[in-house]
Amino acid sequence: MKDHFTMDAPQPRLLDEMKQGVIGTPMDRPDGPQKVSGTAGYAADHTTENMVHGVLVRATITRGRVRQIDKSSVEAIDGVIDVITDARMIRNPAQGMAGSAPVQPGDAVHYHGQPIAVVVAETFEAARDAAQRLAVHYETEEAAVTPETSTDVETGEPETAGDFEAAWSGSEVTVDKTYTTGAHAAAAMEPHAAIAEWKDGAVTLRSALQMVRFNKKELADTLGIDPSNVRILAPFIGGGFGSKLGLGPEAAAAAIAAEKLGRPVRVVMTRQNVFDTVLRRSETSQRVRFGATKAGKITAIAHDDRVSNIDGEGFAEPVTQASQFLYGADGLSFTQTLARIATTPAGSVRAPGEAVGMLAFEAALDELAEKLGIDPVQLRLDNLPETHPMDGRPYSARRLADCLKDGAERFGWADRGAPGSRREGDWQIGMGVASAARANMLIKSSSRVRLTGNRAIVETDMTDIGTGTYAILAQIAAEALGLDPSHVEVRLGDSDLPGASGSGGSFGANSAGSATFLAAKKIRARIAEALGCAEDSLTLQNGLARGDNREAALTDLVTEEFLEEATVKAGKTSESHFSSGFGAHFAEVAVHEWTGEVRVRRMLGVMSMGRILNEKTARSQAIGGMIWGIGSALTEEMQSDPRDGHVVTRDLANYHVPAHADVPGQMQVVFLEERDDYANPIQTKGIGELGISGAGGAILNAIAHATGRRVYDYPATPDRVLAALDA
Amino acid sequence: MKPFDYIRAGEIEDVAGGQIIAGGTNLLDLMKIQVVAPDALVDITRLDGLSDIAEHEGGLRIGALVTNTTVANDARVREGWPLLSRAILAGASAQIRNKATTGGNLLQRTRCPYFYDTSQACNKRAPGSGCAAMGGAGRMLAIFGTSEHCLAAHPSDMAVAMAALEAEVEITNASGETRCVPMNDFYRGPADRPDVETVLGDGDLVTAVILPTPRAGERQTYRKVRDRASYAFALVSVAGSVRMEGDTIKDVALAYGSVAPHPWMDQKVVEMLEGETASNELFQRAAKTLVPETAPHPDTEYKITLLRRTFIAAMRQLTGLADSAGTDISRAHS
Ligand SMILES: Cc1cc2nc3c(=O)[nH]c(=O)nc-3n(C[C@H](O)[C@H](O)[C@H](O)COP(=O)(O)OP(=O)(O)OC[C@H]3O[C@@H](n4cnc5c(N)ncnc54)[C@H](O)[C@@H]3O)c2cc1C
Ligand code: SF4
Repeated sequence: MKDHFTMDAPQPRLLDEMKQGVIGTPMDRPDGPQKVSGTAGYAADHTTENMVHGVLVRATITRGRVRQIDKSSVEAIDGVIDVITDARMIRNPAQGMAGSAPVQPGDAVHYHGQPIAVVVAETFEAARDAAQRLAVHYETEEAAVTPETSTDVETGEPETAGDFEAAWSGSEVTVDKTYTTGAHAAAAMEPHAAIAEWKDGAVTLRSALQMVRFNKKELADTLGIDPSNVRILAPFIGGGFGSKLGLGPEAAAAAIAAEKLGRPVRVVMTRQNVFDTVLRRSETSQRVRFGATKAGKITAIAHDDRVSNIDGEGFAEPVTQASQFLYGADGLSFTQTLARIATTPAGSVRAPGEAVGMLAFEAALDELAEKLGIDPVQLRLDNLPETHPMDGRPYSARRLADCLKDGAERFGWADRGAPGSRREGDWQIGMGVASAARANMLIKSSSRVRLTGNRAIVETDMTDIGTGTYAILAQIAAEALGLDPSHVEVRLGDSDLPGASGSGGSFGANSAGSATFLAAKKIRARIAEALGCAEDSLTLQNGLARGDNREAALTDLVTEEFLEEATVKAGKTSESHFSSGFGAHFAEVAVHEWTGEVRVRRMLGVMSMGRILNEKTARSQAIGGMIWGIGSALTEEMQSDPRDGHVVTRDLANYHVPAHADVPGQMQVVFLEERDDYANPIQTKGIGELGISGAGGAILNAIAHATGRRVYDYPATPDRVLAALDA
Repeated sequence: MKPFDYIRAGEIEDVAGGQIIAGGTNLLDLMKIQVVAPDALVDITRLDGLSDIAEHEGGLRIGALVTNTTVANDARVREGWPLLSRAILAGASAQIRNKATTGGNLLQRTRCPYFYDTSQACNKRAPGSGCAAMGGAGRMLAIFGTSEHCLAAHPSDMAVAMAALEAEVEITNASGETRCVPMNDFYRGPADRPDVETVLGDGDLVTAVILPTPRAGERQTYRKVRDRASYAFALVSVAGSVRMEGDTIKDVALAYGSVAPHPWMDQKVVEMLEGETASNELFQRAAKTLVPETAPHPDTEYKITLLRRTFIAAMRQLTGLADSAGTDISRAHS
């Protein structure tokens, strides 16, 4: 029986009343042993006997058309089967939740690195050899590859509240600064991969994908077949960070080649393919303006940005997302400019918007604090708005002030001293703070729970991209059904299972978790009925059902399977209230006064992110995000050629994610207790992206505190720090 | 990767049969993307006599096959040539160093991204095709010793330390004759043949590196500045060894890394320092003489400032002007 639940009113905290006591505990992930022993099957691991290997061929021009592909150039290579081009091939991965095919360019080339063909061979080595040696003849066209030279630049209407111009001109103290951030790659450890196999007109695709429900439609639309003929399997994914939200060119190529050859085809992107064609985070240029009274009341906020994307993509990095609801002002204004360029397309990378927007926004606020002579923590505390500054909605749950105060206390903020006042040898030491914010969402999701005796199975097409979905869904079902979590089996990532949100936007746990909870709740009702008690007097614990003075073991009570499915979706609470995760990041850095090297010495994130389902996986998410904060502040930048736009940093030796030595031993995360009754039936908020949002800002503010100088172009590599020191 | 023949060298004369492979940590990466596509590989790892560190005329003879890890951890090296140990440990990762060899490290190829991308013109990869790095993205290029045909920098940390230590490269030819070449003469500038990087001829094998007697009583450092704290190639590096008498600098050896097609040396700087009293002012004056002969690629201009300042930082450490116990110093080297 289905149960469609719409989030129209705040929900009771039922999970707090249940008795198993596993919610929130730092339970080890059940899939851990499989992962560390190499037995978890990732997409490319499912080889079959008859399978052949495909390697993508990249375009080596920026824009134009493939005139001819000379197959004879590779025919002599032993094992080469075919060079396949097809009008259904896709130019780049689909954007998150697209549910339809991305651009299918035919023989047109839109950027350097675009996949234009797939070479299939009996071995991977032969396919890769042929992909590199294939002779391709092009017709070329001119195209702009930098936002500065683009001729297709569109500025949107400002989003405003109050009268910014009036507030700005009346401000007693102002800050007006421009910042730039580099393009980012998700750089997931597992390269994008797919294996496709056809049977009776239907295709099964094993691929590293975050959103199976949408990916199924994307593949069907790409191939021009009915979605009922598509099955997608993605039980394990080696990191996504947004880069596997949408169906990718490797999956389309595998499906097309497998259909043509009548054999299963595996296409694994090389690391260089990944950098060339997987959606990047746009570089940004951001102008931030703060106006305030001398007493430290913010009066005006403007945050204008310029981002880029290739033509045909609807996505534009939502840079100012958090700037619109963190602080209050009399006038606020946000304007985005989008430049079309012929380069690797842009899309969602972990915390789209906040990850780079908050670097600039929180740095500018810090500069305002300095100008006003007000402590940066205090300035933030003094300017928290009553309600959402843009639309007046009340916050559903917001402990930002507590996070700031608690963090300041724990971090020893009071001792931080004047800018440039602390040193050890040639290193200057400083502390910085930044707020954290990441809007929270609930996305339509279904889940099925089956109970027989004291064993349960959870089934949903939700994915686990390394985040801990297997753990938390087991915990939710175990809590609701009174079972040991080891008695709950979780099946994920199969498009034949009930469709969930998928992993994206930090909404997976909220959405699939709520659906699982509601399905389990339906089963509770059936248990109560079987026991003969009222549902609200039922207690389930350790396989025992109790209520209204009755008691029975589930093994006696549920001898035939109870199966329930539930669907949850957002409703009126998302209009009546504004839900977001909040937090405060603190960082201490050392800056070498001669070399400009920056070392992060310790970090603290104090976060209020709704109910914590699993303390361990939540902490891992928060720390992972904070490490990316180090990356975006200090090390990460995709560089491209200014003439033809090709990506220059095409491997992990040149694209610098933080190494272990960049991460301080002291990475502390504190969760403040919180329930968000308006968010969803389990009172959770998104966790995956809050850790990154603002973390880099705290580091950049710490650099300014250490040295008394500010860097405006990020990442703050040694050359840029030195330029600031010498300025 | 193109199919290739594999030859396991049993004798030195087998070496002439193809491209030498030692640890393979650089060569295999290049072969996978067909930057290098040899018809035959000669695996030298079973050759006798190349895998030991032996005492030699007051110094050490490090066989060409001794791994980077072994050299860095050798008690004699750590005691007598700590600079070398530090330089090696500042490079790559533990896993790579376990596999990488002394000979392979010296002969590793540049990290110029255009060299790595076969869709781009590159005189080093494809002689005569041009140099796409000129006018392109050039943050890692050299500022000294470049030519109009190539701007690439040599990425080895180990070689920079060896240059400062005045090590010699032992080369054996196919007939088994051995000659020794100072580190500085081992590499050739790019001139009009950037593909030819060393004095090695056909069939020549690097068989060892010879370290001269230790520089007794000197303080040594390898100061590497990079985009992240570990596992990144140097933006610039300074290898230095200094003997002090009171406040006076008696002896200095210096070499600079990632700023030239090979370890860079500058005798002028040494002359300015020796016999002088250590001071910031002196170091600043000496640093100013580190001037490129030709204008560097615009993306690389920062290296002039960064090199000078890293030199000052290193000298402050070596002469005791800086409190070397300062925060994280050790981590900056690991
Ligand atoms: C991700 C990554 C990061 C790295 N970071 C650094 C770094 O920070 N600093 C640094 O210095 N290095 C770094 N390296 C490079 C590393 O030091 C080299 O790859 C390694 O030293 C090469 O040694 P090998 O034995 O594996 O050489 P191989 O790959 O086997 O050979 C390299 C070259 O040397 C030739 N060759 C090998 N032995 C001899 C010999 N005895 N005589 C003549 N020719 C020979 C080969 O023909 C080949 O051309 C890094 C490498 C990687 C992959
Ligand atoms: S700088 Fe040298 S290595 Fe780089 S592209 Fe030019 S010729 Fe090739």
